[in-house]
Amino acid sequence: MPPLDETPAQKPRHKPSRAPRTAMPERDALERARDFDEVSLGYSEEQALAEANRCIQCKNPTCIEGCPVNIDIKSFIARIIDGDYAGGVSVLKERNALPAVCGRVCPQEEQCEASCVLARKGEPIAIGRLERWLGDFDLACDLEHRCAPEVGEPTGKRVAVVGSGPAGLACAGELRRFGHAVTIFESLHAPGGVLTYGIPEFRLPKAIVQAEIEMLGVMGAELVTDIVVGATHTLDELLAEEGFDAVFVGSGAGLPLFLGIPGENLNGVYSANEFLTRVNLMKAYEFPSYDTPVWRGRKVAVVGGGNVAMDAARTAKRLGAEEVFLVYRRSEEEMPARREEVHHARQEGIEFKMLCSPQEIVGHDGWVTGMVATRMELGEPDASGRRAPVCVMDSDFVIDCDTVIVALGTRSNPLISQTTPDLEVTSRGYIATDENGATNKPGVFAGGDIVTGSATVILAMGAGKKAARAIDSWLGGAARG
Amino acid sequence: MFPIVYQRQLSDSVFEMGVQAPAIARKAKAGQFLMLRVDEHGERIPLTFSDWSAEEGWIRFIFMRVGKTTHQLSHLVAGDSLADVVGPLGVPTHVEGVGRVAIVGGGVGAAVAYPVARAMAEAGNEVTVILGARNKELLILEDEFRALPLKQLIVMTDDGSAGEKGLVTAPLKSLCEAGALDHSMAIGPAIMMKFCAATTKEFGVPITVSLNPIMVDGTGMCGACRVSVDGHTKFGCVDGPDFDGHAVDFEELMSRQRVYSDLEREADADFSRECSCHR
Repeated sequence: MPPLDETPAQKPRHKPSRAPRTAMPERDALERARDFDEVSLGYSEEQALAEANRCIQCKNPTCIEGCPVNIDIKSFIARIIDGDYAGGVSVLKERNALPAVCGRVCPQEEQCEASCVLARKGEPIAIGRLERWLGDFDLACDLEHRCAPEVGEPTGKRVAVVGSGPAGLACAGELRRFGHAVTIFESLHAPGGVLTYGIPEFRLPKAIVQAEIEMLGVMGAELVTDIVVGATHTLDELLAEEGFDAVFVGSGAGLPLFLGIPGENLNGVYSANEFLTRVNLMKAYEFPSYDTPVWRGRKVAVVGGGNVAMDAARTAKRLGAEEVFLVYRRSEEEMPARREEVHHARQEGIEFKMLCSPQEIVGHDGWVTGMVATRMELGEPDASGRRAPVCVMDSDFVIDCDTVIVALGTRSNPLISQTTPDLEVTSRGYIATDENGATNKPGVFAGGDIVTGSATVILAMGAGKKAARAIDSWLGGAARG
Repeated sequence: MFPIVYQRQLSDSVFEMGVQAPAIARKAKAGQFLMLRVDEHGERIPLTFSDWSAEEGWIRFIFMRVGKTTHQLSHLVAGDSLADVVGPLGVPTHVEGVGRVAIVGGGVGAAVAYPVARAMAEAGNEVTVILGARNKELLILEDEFRALPLKQLIVMTDDGSAGEKGLVTAPLKSLCEAGALDHSMAIGPAIMMKFCAATTKEFGVPITVSLNPIMVDGTGMCGACRVSVDGHTKFGCVDGPDFDGHAVDFEELMSRQRVYSDLEREADADFSRECSCHR
């Protein structure tokens, strides 16, 4: 993508506005906490223009460095300023196949927006909101008028992509641009991975996810659901019998972690994965119109401090919980969740119980009736650089609750490694790769959570794209892009 | 979509169904299970294979009509299709070098016991099968078992309407007492597996049980299927479904199996009302 400095000279010079950062229109907290419709409404065209015009179009933009997939942010904002919205979408799609998704769920405040020159004054350009606006602009068009990235001349090579989450989708899109035939294998009945089963409708509408995935179909990628690689087909079968020249494994997050405390298998205790999968993928919030049930607790304790914990807490609220507690053993400052998610959760009435460490889940007749927790205080910084929580003696207390949702992250899924004995894995069971995503097994590449453990959508997408380039080299293509 | 190629009713509430699913049929092994979804609004339920043919590309499973999903399934016939069938999942039953083994199949559990007994016999073990049911009408697959090269087939019913009158634990205990077993296996309702485990424990005969906890994805992602084995939490879908019966916490399993029973009754009642006016 050419830098904007090459814009024809006759164009009037862009004069950045000095207006404050344009706020994101949101639905009222009390109203939205009762349904699953989207919380953030997105910019209007006017708001998008106002925000784009704040961009000073730096000669040497630093924002691009902050993006894990190096979107040419300066150029796409310039296109918005010029009113060339379709052009802006093209710039985004050069680097990111899922702008309407990433515009919603990327932690921009730690990435591009943190690197924005204006961030020093505390008001960076709302890059994520502009990305979302362009992504939505594209999705609002008919399929034939949407921006379809150009696909390469057919190379005659076939690549299997395992998993249709962020890593697999990004990898598949990139492989199509190189001209390789792609088949994506999804173990569930619907594609999207965590975008579909994990992130709630009110934060990422499933229609948006499906529409973005539809574009990959237009680009010629084939999607096959209901295939569990590691069970229905092994990696070796894909390579030897099914005729694939290479495989990318982006099978995602694995088995949910539990606390390892007494009472954890009582009825009413969920992993966040199960709770969210029931509600998001299986649409349990529409039971009995949809057949999958979910236990709707009145008093719900969610354990954890990440984005998944926020999603679970806000989902519980929407299912009708009177009280939802977020139980975290450090303080709010150490919580890994995005500030925006924390803010939204608070607005919706989630009660934060910080510096509390669960000790036991207590129950009656097989069902949860409460959780015993110990108060904590912060000590010296630990290996993660965060101050380590230390128990306060004799401070146990009981949180009255009928549901506990454990959101502590995941460990690796064993299905592929168990059936591929010569595939090297780390001591924690994640697939070992080099920096480009190549495993020790010829023709097998991997990326995303199955390599790094739980991370973000955009990091998984970055890994998928990087692996696609490595696959292209492996298949004998020129190193492109 | 997965076409249904075969359907038969085995008793008032028990049905057998065959589905064309070549990729799954090629890989299925005794003791493994599949996940299925009837339609776009359906839930995902696990069912264990009762039979399959790699050559002809079909798989079969047996189910009892207990809730809305199995009720819906029971109305489908050859020519209809299922939205989703996924598998084979779970660790296959260990069949090599087991020796003298008794396999107890209780109720619909007989469906799962059938391929296990077949695989055990094919692997050269000396296999005794104990089939149990409440009455003759609920006894399934007796002829199929008779066609297997078993050492013995013992049939038990609660009311004596077929085979001997009594519980499956009676012959199991006799075999243990006679020192005739190196291993045992129980597949059926949790309460039956619990008593089989207690029976064999007394004699130090190892027992494998095939558990049927609630699942959502069936691939390790959700943890709905967790069971306590020897005080450790295991996932039924990826660590099982077979576990050491002497180490399983059956009370917990039974309690967890009932977690949605009220909601399930409600859904099935709604469905039954709908379906009686449409049919």
